[in-house]
Amino acid sequence: MELFRSHVLVCGGTGCTSSGCQKIIAKLDEQLEKHQLEKEVKVIKTGCFGLCEAGPIIVTYPEGAFYSRVEEKDVERITEEHLLKGRIVTDLLYKDAVIDGEIKSVDEVEFYKRQQRVALRNCGVINPESLEEYIAFDGYKALGKVLTEMKPEDVIDVIKRSGLRGRGGGGFPSGLKWDFTAKAEGDQKYVACNADEGDPGAFMDRSVLEGDPHVIVEAMAIAGYAVGADMGYVYIRAEYPIAVDRLDIAIKEARKAGLLGKNIFGTGFNFDMEIRLGAGAFVCGEETALINSIEGKRGMPRPRPPFPAVKGIWNKPTLLNNVETYANVPQIILNGADWFAGIGTEKSKGTKVFALGGKINNTGLVEIPMGTTLKEVIYDIGGGIPNGKAFKAVQTGGPSGGCIPADHLDTPIDYDNLIALGSMMGSGGMIVMDEDNCMVDIARFFLDFTVEESCGKCTPCREGTKRMLEILDRITEGKGELSDLDKLESLSKTIKTASLCGLGQTAPNPVLSTLHYFRHEYEAHVNDKKCPAGVCQELLQYVVIPELCKKCGICAKKCPVSCIDGVKGKEVYIIRQEDCVKCGACLEACPFKAIKKG
Amino acid sequence: MINLKINGFEVQVEEGTTILQAASKVGVKIPTFCHDPRLVPHGTCRICVVEVEGGRNLPTACTTPVYEGMNIQTESKEVVQTRREILDLVLANHPLDCLTCEKSGRCTLQDLCYQYDIKETTYVGERKDFEVDESNPFYYNDQNKCILCGKCVYVCSQLQGTEAIGFAERGFPTHIATPFNQGLEQSTCVSCGNCVSVCPVGALMPKSKEKFRYWETKTVRTTCSYCGVGCQMDLVVKDDKVVGVDPAMGASNEGLLCVKGKFAYNFVNHPSRLTTPLVRKDGKLVETSWDEAYEVIANKINETKETVGADAIAAFSSARALTEDNYLMQKLMRAVVGTNNIDHCARL
Repeated sequence: MELFRSHVLVCGGTGCTSSGCQKIIAKLDEQLEKHQLEKEVKVIKTGCFGLCEAGPIIVTYPEGAFYSRVEEKDVERITEEHLLKGRIVTDLLYKDAVIDGEIKSVDEVEFYKRQQRVALRNCGVINPESLEEYIAFDGYKALGKVLTEMKPEDVIDVIKRSGLRGRGGGGFPSGLKWDFTAKAEGDQKYVACNADEGDPGAFMDRSVLEGDPHVIVEAMAIAGYAVGADMGYVYIRAEYPIAVDRLDIAIKEARKAGLLGKNIFGTGFNFDMEIRLGAGAFVCGEETALINSIEGKRGMPRPRPPFPAVKGIWNKPTLLNNVETYANVPQIILNGADWFAGIGTEKSKGTKVFALGGKINNTGLVEIPMGTTLKEVIYDIGGGIPNGKAFKAVQTGGPSGGCIPADHLDTPIDYDNLIALGSMMGSGGMIVMDEDNCMVDIARFFLDFTVEESCGKCTPCREGTKRMLEILDRITEGKGELSDLDKLESLSKTIKTASLCGLGQTAPNPVLSTLHYFRHEYEAHVNDKKCPAGVCQELLQYVVIPELCKKCGICAKKCPVSCIDGVKGKEVYIIRQEDCVKCGACLEACPFKAIKKG
Repeated sequence: MINLKINGFEVQVEEGTTILQAASKVGVKIPTFCHDPRLVPHGTCRICVVEVEGGRNLPTACTTPVYEGMNIQTESKEVVQTRREILDLVLANHPLDCLTCEKSGRCTLQDLCYQYDIKETTYVGERKDFEVDESNPFYYNDQNKCILCGKCVYVCSQLQGTEAIGFAERGFPTHIATPFNQGLEQSTCVSCGNCVSVCPVGALMPKSKEKFRYWETKTVRTTCSYCGVGCQMDLVVKDDKVVGVDPAMGASNEGLLCVKGKFAYNFVNHPSRLTTPLVRKDGKLVETSWDEAYEVIANKINETKETVGADAIAAFSSARALTEDNYLMQKLMRAVVGTNNIDHCARL
């Protein structure tokens, strides 16, 4: 094996790929060649580092120097100064990596310090396209242990005792699911992996697949051994091309190395797997719709029971877990159930990955022990709200979740606490909202998503969510009535209790939680015809403040519909409300802040 | 055996029984749109929701198997409220044209709105706007009336095996369509009409030449006369005239019919239909009695056999006769007349 004195890790996740990491890698290669460093310094394209906001990211080892927002032109300096002369280029480091002139390594940066990486342990560490690197980080050791030292029931027992719960949203105890599938009668069984991550803004599973695809291959083989399946399917959305490619490479490499296929490790255990591409329907993340889709049918849920553990893919017993759930499995096997059960809260064990987004400084991916409070995630790891704005709410669980207000920020994150607050864990989306967000508009946004993504099978979801959206539309347009709020509540109840699948059963949550915590905002829209956050276009007015107007006429010039009248230098300008399209161009253009929105 | 309670009644049923089946055993009727005992339960319409003690949501009676000690309420306040809400939602996207709708009188939506006292919808908003597909010669497909129970799709795929129709688009715009929305005429539809027979509303309706209301009709159970299968069917009769046909649950057809049985009934009341035998007298066909007709046939057969030989005689029997009658016909030709000249229209 070749030895290098320095390793340069370049993030190759989706975020950094779109911000140009490929060019940086090319430039690095060119520079290393120029300085004849190719044999001393190794460049590795890794999976996601998590701090997408700071991308493209480069971390160099052994120092752990954390360069952020690297541009192509910076590569020359990094190569000449750091890689050649050994002097870290301080001004290119991530902002929190230099504190009082002292350089902090990547692990000491506040964003990473508080995280505990189990599912993401290899993301941003290894080259996801290299089987050797995965093996070097204990890869396939758990599979080896399981196949040579453990009976299938022992494996299930470990998963049960670890307390692992499904990371896809439901939070069902994984060990029980494995046990049900193992005990189900059937000559053929399957294991399947749900990689149809669809919540807006969520990219946890994507990052695992892009950064550490072998962990899924290994975990599914372990699951196959435990439940008695010899075939696995990964259902992954086609919109994740990098994840699909890397997983495909991982499966092929594993097959070539004898880690998939017949007689794995000479133990007589056979297991192979295939990728099934989803076409981007959110509902296909629902397990029975996913199974239909794998079978080549329309992605519509089936009634449960029978559960997939009894009748799954082609009516055979099927174990279906989500990507992040599987990503925990090899570590649980290697470190033991007690280790995993020692992390987290009483009923929610281990860690959880969240995709932090919205009005937050450190947009990105974080993995925290269960029981960490919302406040710690948003302020300590997430770096708080940008531009000094006030926090208003955090939305967890995507379109199935709810909005949690500031009063509950000290809540430790676990499955049950989030449900008690009217939200849910979901797959791990966490969207932060500040004072500029209108909660009615937020509820409307999520409903718009569910209406679009409802499969159309059952009546309450198909017809009900549409009517809820229409009511919300009317409220944001100032045409709502107080009785609409009661109607929203009663309709929500019907949709939740009578819908066929999880999509419908949770679709009203964003509305119910905002109605519960932010009813005053709804009432302001309905009674006063005002949007307190100034978001809902129909309820907005742009007005010139006469005392501040300097009669410069810039606003009138910028107005795309010529609805601002006045005479330059002589008359105060006035906006004709009936023609105004509320684009806000005048507000932005006015140099004297003489235009107000409200 | 499993013991449970439905509306306070103790019931004992076999394992694997659904709530709906168990309820019918004690005479408790639970409303359904999408249920059909011949289909794999699909739980689409949600109108059959019931309350199960200790349950989180309201499960559908048609898909949920019973378990020991289950305590079910089928018309509790919450159940009724939920059914009313579902009906309200369905009506919000369904024309209220019962006054002229052909289905009126046997429309499940109409019946349930009556039962749960829903006069009109409380919602205003977007409605379906589809063109009626009239391309099939025997029935209309009016998607504006469709409540998307899915029965037509599943009957076509699971029972008829044709798979001419399916669900198109998703969410609110979901509708029943042929591949690429090319219309029924361009599809693989064989016009069996089994979808029409199961439609609970007026979305799939026969192109009837008669105007009638169901309450003006009576039904007459009969055996289809088109072939030897012996499909059971109910003639819908108004003023002694057949105005429609419904399949019945006969042993040989289990509620299915083919295009002939379902739609080709107009011959029954056709003015040109032969109702008595005819014999040719002086070059003209005239009505006669069965006795005379048989005598003419017997005489001619005997005469031909003697003068020309048995092979100058041939018989052509009909698929509309029973299998047994066809058997007798060939037996008559071979054993009595003495010729193998016997054939049958179904062979052509």
